[in-house]
Amino acid sequence: MFAIYKRELRSYFVSAVGYVFFAVIIALSAVIFSVSTLFAATNDVSSYFETMLFVLMIALPLLTMKLFAEERKLRTEQLLLTSPVSIGGMVVAKFLAAFTVYFIANLLCSISYITLFAYSDPEAGVILGNIIALTLVGAAFIAIGIFVSALTENQLAAAIGTFAIILVMLLIGALNSFIPVYSVRYVLSWFSILSRYQNFTDGFFDIAAVVYYVSICFVFLFVTCRVYERRRYGA
Amino acid sequence: MLKVENLVKKYGRATALSGISFHVNKGEVIGFLGPNGAGKSTTMNIITGYISSNVGNVYIDGTEILENPELAKKKIGYLPEQPPLYMEMTVLEYLNFVYELRGCDLPRKAHLEDVCKVVKISDVRDRVIRNLSKGYKQRVGIASALIGNPPLIILDEPTIGLDPKQIIEVRNLIRALGQSHTVILSTHILSEAQAVCDRMIIIDHGKIIADGKTEEINQFIKDNRRYKVFVSGAQSDVLPVLKKVSGVIACEPLAERDGDAVAYAIEAQKGIDIRKPMFHALAEKGYPIMGLEALGASLEDIFISLIDREDA
Repeated sequence: MFAIYKRELRSYFVSAVGYVFFAVIIALSAVIFSVSTLFAATNDVSSYFETMLFVLMIALPLLTMKLFAEERKLRTEQLLLTSPVSIGGMVVAKFLAAFTVYFIANLLCSISYITLFAYSDPEAGVILGNIIALTLVGAAFIAIGIFVSALTENQLAAAIGTFAIILVMLLIGALNSFIPVYSVRYVLSWFSILSRYQNFTDGFFDIAAVVYYVSICFVFLFVTCRVYERRRYGA
Repeated sequence: MLKVENLVKKYGRATALSGISFHVNKGEVIGFLGPNGAGKSTTMNIITGYISSNVGNVYIDGTEILENPELAKKKIGYLPEQPPLYMEMTVLEYLNFVYELRGCDLPRKAHLEDVCKVVKISDVRDRVIRNLSKGYKQRVGIASALIGNPPLIILDEPTIGLDPKQIIEVRNLIRALGQSHTVILSTHILSEAQAVCDRMIIIDHGKIIADGKTEEINQFIKDNRRYKVFVSGAQSDVLPVLKKVSGVIACEPLAERDGDAVAYAIEAQKGIDIRKPMFHALAEKGYPIMGLEALGASLEDIFISLIDREDA
């Protein structure tokens, strides 16, 4: 399992994918940070964090699209699946590899906050809470991306599919307000990432939301394993 | 070493395997023979745990592949039809990856060096796999199947797409592996199986149609009593002469020609070598034999004979 993790991590930086990902996420986060806080002369980071979700929506599919699609296309998954490694181990290893890259990128983006502390006196707790929340949401997005990547051998399809699912999950809250039926609104709100996220941007550390993001991870990774189990029995 | 029981595999409505059973003893080199689409790769993929059968069990050294997949898979080195190589890695990086993936506990450096030496890739071990020739890629694939020294090695069409010189090298390599390992290789080339295997299992349409020692299969081929003979002369004159040769059951002209010689397919009675009497009979009438070959040396012919035998 560790071998797969190591190989994936390495392959991000042998190909250009890792560098492109870092470039995109760091450049966009820096621009958004400047506009939303420095240019607005405020130390309120809430709009920065909300906008970052949309940056993740674009950037994270870059990391996840190849994880299974490429292996399937090049038939290298045959090596993994006939090795003494469980399907669960394989899925988790790939998840952790993508998450590690994202985690480092997220830390690098966080350098921006130093400027806030230099010019004002922001609440460190709120910023820390937001960084943790952003990390967890990213993990959930990665799990979604892994699931979509396991469904296809076309990387582009995997990226666009992931993008679409995340987009719907982000916008569902906004759409919801147009639905007059309470029960429908209630059920749809389960899938809303944004409504749970708002607590963090408002400065509350919401344990329920943390559990929610972690469960999204588990559900999608579990379903990915099931996809592989099922495929073994051939349809 | 390996016991396969009643494997059945269906893809939707199509049946790929309908009840494959055989077992392999330690140290045997088995040729798994069959035309394309017979179910060779499917069987191998089931044995190695890549796909699952609908019915049936596979025991590797007594371990069922689905009950304890991790232990069972550790005992198998597998080279699929298309070697699963990561093109952006160097040979050594790739072998190191496989070493870790398989959870090897042999001394790493010495073991990888040994494997490289056995398959003769030591000179390219620092090169990127993408840039290697097809023959080298195939050997890197075989190397990966040897890592961890698994007792059972399964090679799916290991010589496909190689040039004649590389084919000979790979065959020699398989023969050498057979000294210390149990090897199963699939092929659709009869002479390849004859050259390297102790035993052959012939499958067709998802069923085993023959399973025997290579000598037995060879004997079966030798017993074959069908010939193709080219005789110079008018067909209407030659045909009655051939038919009158003692031991000939059937004789019919073929469409093939060699100059003024016509080809005839001849079937002889069991236990009678008709070649000498045929020569004398034709010489007496003054019809020279321009060519004579035994039919049934190709895999297709064997299939036909075997299937005939089954039906009889």
